[in-house]
Amino acid sequence: MTHQASAADLAVADTLDCSGLLCPLPVYKTALSIAKLADGDVLRLITTDPGALKDIPAMARQRNDTLLSVEERGATQIFLIAKGATQ
Amino acid sequence: MTDAARTLTAVADAPAVAAAPRRKRIALVASKGTLDQAYPPLILATTAASLGWEAGIYFTFYGLDILHEERLAKLKVASLANPSGPIQLPNLLGALPGATAAATKVMRKWMRDARMPTVPEFIEMAQGLDVKLFACATTMGVMGVDTSDLIPGCEVAGAAAFLDFAATADVQLFV
Repeated sequence: MTHQASAADLAVADTLDCSGLLCPLPVYKTALSIAKLADGDVLRLITTDPGALKDIPAMARQRNDTLLSVEERGATQIFLIAKGATQ
Repeated sequence: MTDAARTLTAVADAPAVAAAPRRKRIALVASKGTLDQAYPPLILATTAASLGWEAGIYFTFYGLDILHEERLAKLKVASLANPSGPIQLPNLLGALPGATAAATKVMRKWMRDARMPTVPEFIEMAQGLDVKLFACATTMGVMGVDTSDLIPGCEVAGAAAFLDFAATADVQLFV
């Protein structure tokens, strides 16, 4: 399935809060959450592990998912990840 | 080659799913049986599996304790000759009775406070992600460990079987 990332598509299918968790838990839990989604669905991931800023983009690259956005709010990071590759 | 052998070869050579892209693979060796050294291979394997990779760990020598049903939950941190350990003691004091237990207790608390899974929990996570857990057959023979002493789901294997798995791995690490 192809998926065009646009504002209209950013309805979040699920939110995962990994606040306070260290590597490898944010990546591990994200994989479990993404497994439950359909292709193109968006996961909103919240982390506080500074390593997540590198880990989550690397994870999306390795899994061939699509990192739509990264937002830093103080010590918190919020990622929007779409399952699967977008066009 | 006999007909039967030819058939077996043909079956073995046939790709299971022709169009499926090859998954990346990591092959790890866990050779140490201390609490601190049990974590890195388990963290790397569960991470790799979370990335969609195939992952396998070969538990050998003291590392086999990580698959040992009774010893798995009782791994310790060395207080002697461990300058980075959780309690900073001169070696002379690190040798005192209770020092290893104290160092272990401190590390367990660190892990708990950081909300890190225990080693048994990591094993459960790894198995849930289909990480292959190889138990070194030679270590079992040398140290008198029986298959029934090990957690369910691990594969007893020798070096050749592990190398067969590791030969096509993209990442190989010895811990």
